[in-house]
Amino acid sequence: MDSLSLLWDGLQAAMTPSNLVYAALGVLLGTFVGVLPGIGPAMAVALLLPVTNGMEPTQAFIMFAGIYYGGMYGGSTTSILLNTPGESASVMTAIEGNKMAKNGRAAQALATAAIGSFVAGTIGTLLVVFFAPAMAEVAVGVGAPSYFAMMLLAVVLVTSVLGSSKLRGFIGLFLGLTIGLVGLDLSTGQPRLDFGSALLAGRIDVVVVAVGIFALGEALWVAAHLRSKPLGIIPVGQPFLGREDWARSWKPWLRGTALGFPFGAVPAGGAETPTFLSYLLERRLARNSDEFGHGAIEGVAGPEAANNASAAGTFVPLLALGLPVTATATIMLAAMQGFGIQPGPQLMESEPDLVWTLLASLLIGNTLLLVLNLPLAPLWARLLQTPRPYLYSGILFFASLGAYTVNQQPFDLFLLLLFGLLGFAIRRFGVPVLPLILGVILGPLMEVKLREALALSDGSPSGLVNEVLAVLIYVVIALALLVPPLVARLRGEPDSPRREREEQMSDR
Amino acid sequence: MTVVVGYLPDQYGRAALAAGIEESRLRGARLVVVNATKGDAWVDKSFADEQQVSELESELSGLEVGYEVRQSVGPDLADQVLDVVRETEARLLVIGLRHRTPAGKLFLGSTAQQLLMGSPCPVLAVKPD
Repeated sequence: MDSLSLLWDGLQAAMTPSNLVYAALGVLLGTFVGVLPGIGPAMAVALLLPVTNGMEPTQAFIMFAGIYYGGMYGGSTTSILLNTPGESASVMTAIEGNKMAKNGRAAQALATAAIGSFVAGTIGTLLVVFFAPAMAEVAVGVGAPSYFAMMLLAVVLVTSVLGSSKLRGFIGLFLGLTIGLVGLDLSTGQPRLDFGSALLAGRIDVVVVAVGIFALGEALWVAAHLRSKPLGIIPVGQPFLGREDWARSWKPWLRGTALGFPFGAVPAGGAETPTFLSYLLERRLARNSDEFGHGAIEGVAGPEAANNASAAGTFVPLLALGLPVTATATIMLAAMQGFGIQPGPQLMESEPDLVWTLLASLLIGNTLLLVLNLPLAPLWARLLQTPRPYLYSGILFFASLGAYTVNQQPFDLFLLLLFGLLGFAIRRFGVPVLPLILGVILGPLMEVKLREALALSDGSPSGLVNEVLAVLIYVVIALALLVPPLVARLRGEPDSPRREREEQMSDR
Repeated sequence: MTVVVGYLPDQYGRAALAAGIEESRLRGARLVVVNATKGDAWVDKSFADEQQVSELESELSGLEVGYEVRQSVGPDLADQVLDVVRETEARLLVIGLRHRTPAGKLFLGSTAQQLLMGSPCPVLAVKPD
């Protein structure tokens, strides 16, 4: 009950007019970037980092949360109407959703996606309210060795479990860790990897890296693949659900929520796995499974609920442990650090106003999403007619402006270009972006904890394994790395690298 | 001998198409319908989709002189049409003209003007009724 009264206080704090404006702004912006393929909430949050520097942290996070949920929802519109997922979590939605739209049921598909997202987002947020404080309470007592192990677990799982190519995942991770090393050593103040330059010794600003990788990299990629045959879009009016659609949708919504939330809350969950599982589950449970593959509403309702529930779930490790598990959450963690807020188990104690107002604003943002997006669906669909050169010149403008304003340092623009080229290269070679950005942001934190643990044990490696929890986590890491290849070998299935553009787009 | 029509799936394109069909009948010339896009947006309303193309083809199928529908993607709309005009050594190019606002003239170029100036053959410009 304690959590509920705190949430109630948070709701009251979030209900101020200016906070509501930021929530609405975030939701609209999130849907905007979600609708457009290739542009995701991670890019939007990265571009906004410099803008939010002058804002109250609470308001900034209200906006970021709106962008995150909005992006999840926006992707479904593109999936359904265009058969092109706006972002990776909507890949499964496209399968049945686009078939429904082709059968003239676009309005129902959009409605079940919107309402399912609302239901899942609301339940998911309430689950965060109950789980995050409990988890934080346990985690507060955790020492440096275990905390280091937890971060290592997140990084290893994200790198090796998500995506199909472990090698590419680790390439991304080590690129990120290296970028995170540049500059003054956080523990001793020694300059590292600075090539003798005072500009690099001051450490590379996260904004420059994130904007370069997400915005500039994507812009260069699009510029290299600018012209393509336009896709046929299915016209749509006001989304609505009939009585039978409600009856068929509500169970998949709940099942999708139940699948999505835990996957979001666990490191390496992401939204791809639960949406996929939800689709399989609904297909198996469907009474008239013949309809699957020809536009079954369950196949839209389940995955859409799952992706929003998993988006909610990612707030558990982010708020309770300071561990981000998606690209967007990673950038949000960087934003916290930018505000001088120390992420970690103590966050709930030290910044209760921020945490509870944020959680409350998630609920508000979710409602706004439903209210705004049902009537606006035709408008969002028209957004897809924007010529890409206009869109990306705008993105490049804000990217350069943002990278320059952090330190007013022309050198940062050079770095921005460098990271833009790196962002282009990883898209070109199919290196996933999530391990990279996680390495940049979590890497320095991991190093601090590692050094802390080693300092306590006078440099002896035994200091890393002197907590039971730490040992357990290392066992989990070992299992996660060893079991899948062993199972694959026993089954005799060859590892086939299947990586598609959709997967690379996982810049949430 | 061919007649080329610059086609869009809207009233201007239909006006041009009607005039083009008329001209190709009169001249006994093959009709080549060109529908071009810059291909720089996810959705382009002036690019005929599958359904619109099949409607177009069924409309043309009554034509005794023969016809062809070409869809292309490239950086410049006028160049794509003019390439077809040159390639087929067309005798006539038919295009639709739209009303332009002063603001539109300030910001946007005119594909029609590019075609009028660049076409090696006479251009017939028509307006919808």
